[in-house]
Amino acid sequence: MRYKICLALALARVAFNGARAFAAQDATVAIDNFAFTPATLTVKAGTKVVFVNHDDIPHNVVGEKLKFRSRALDTDESFAFVFDKPGDFVYFCGLHPQMKGEIRVTP
Amino acid sequence: MTRDDATFDRRQALKCMAWAGSGLLWTLDGGVPTSKLVGQAHASPAGFSFVQISDSHIGFNKPANPDPNETLKEAIDKIGGLPRKPAFLIHTGDVTHLSKPKEFDDADQLIGAARLDVHYVPGEHDVIDEQNGAAFLSRYAKASPGKGWFSFDHGGAHFIGLVNVFDLNPGGMGSLGPDQLAWLAKDVAGRSASTPIVVFAHMPLWTIAEEWGWGTQDGAQALKLLARFGSVTVLNGHIHQIMQKVDGAVTFHTARSTAFPQPAPGTAPSPGPKLVPAGELRSVLGVTSVALAQRRTPLAIVDSTLQG
Repeated sequence: MRYKICLALALARVAFNGARAFAAQDATVAIDNFAFTPATLTVKAGTKVVFVNHDDIPHNVVGEKLKFRSRALDTDESFAFVFDKPGDFVYFCGLHPQMKGEIRVTP
Repeated sequence: MTRDDATFDRRQALKCMAWAGSGLLWTLDGGVPTSKLVGQAHASPAGFSFVQISDSHIGFNKPANPDPNETLKEAIDKIGGLPRKPAFLIHTGDVTHLSKPKEFDDADQLIGAARLDVHYVPGEHDVIDEQNGAAFLSRYAKASPGKGWFSFDHGGAHFIGLVNVFDLNPGGMGSLGPDQLAWLAKDVAGRSASTPIVVFAHMPLWTIAEEWGWGTQDGAQALKLLARFGSVTVLNGHIHQIMQKVDGAVTFHTARSTAFPQPAPGTAPSPGPKLVPAGELRSVLGVTSVALAQRRTPLAIVDSTLQG
């Protein structure tokens, strides 16, 4: 019985650490009031960036040079993209192109 | 504009508070388009009329208007009650909120109750399906020689539907693109300069608020192609409020939404839906009357929001 509890705790700990390690690699860009926040985000290569729309109006996320395009994100929907190459990548909203942001990816 | 004019506009605007839904009745008499609030329109002895509706955003369900189907229905009911049947409707885009088939179906059913021909141009909300606009184009733009743009003649006037919501550039505004501009040049070539021209598109063809993307980057190129015509009327939606300007022979006008209002530029941090008390919603979806032919104030933008 004691062995089983220890094992369960150990497994839980592994799972917890795993989740934390994964979360530490994610970064978030919030969409509020027709703006990407932060407008410029610096991350390490391999980081997953999650874009979350908090507006009442749908937005999407479109890469300028680095080609990616999310579907339309309704309220509280999100889109994730892994930036695996170093560089500065401008993106914008394909519906409201005045909304621009940049992801700076360091090695 | 004199103080008296301003007072008159305010009074007119207040009158319109009683009006539910949204629709603008245009009458073409002797080649000069004038517009009237649908609820106040009187039969005109000559010419013909058409109605503009815009930004119905079927599928929107947020507090700014939990039931845009109902307000669109009210607008269509008002059109049905006109003393003289309009020749057709134009819808200047954002028929739907998320380009979903059910939203288009609902809109078709509601607008179809008017039993009138409807000419549609898409808003950016109508082209956000996975196939980048196929849902709208396959439904409303089968006869288009391009990506949704088209023209037709009615009663001696030439109507041009333009599309400025595809392939937008980062940091920019609406965009027509070289293909459409080339088509427009051909479309108007050879037409008499006395032909009244009515152009309609979703995003304003003139710059209203660049920081909110309220304009069209290459709109001036389109207007240049129309510069030789004696009467050009430009009808847009997108900004969910009435703004107008007269510049030489060109009259610009934006329509209200049938769904929810948006703030005037400079009055809010973003152009998102403007929340008004439920009892006031229909007053901000109402439409003011516009005497386009009589007012020749150069570059005058008349902001007729009720709060203004």
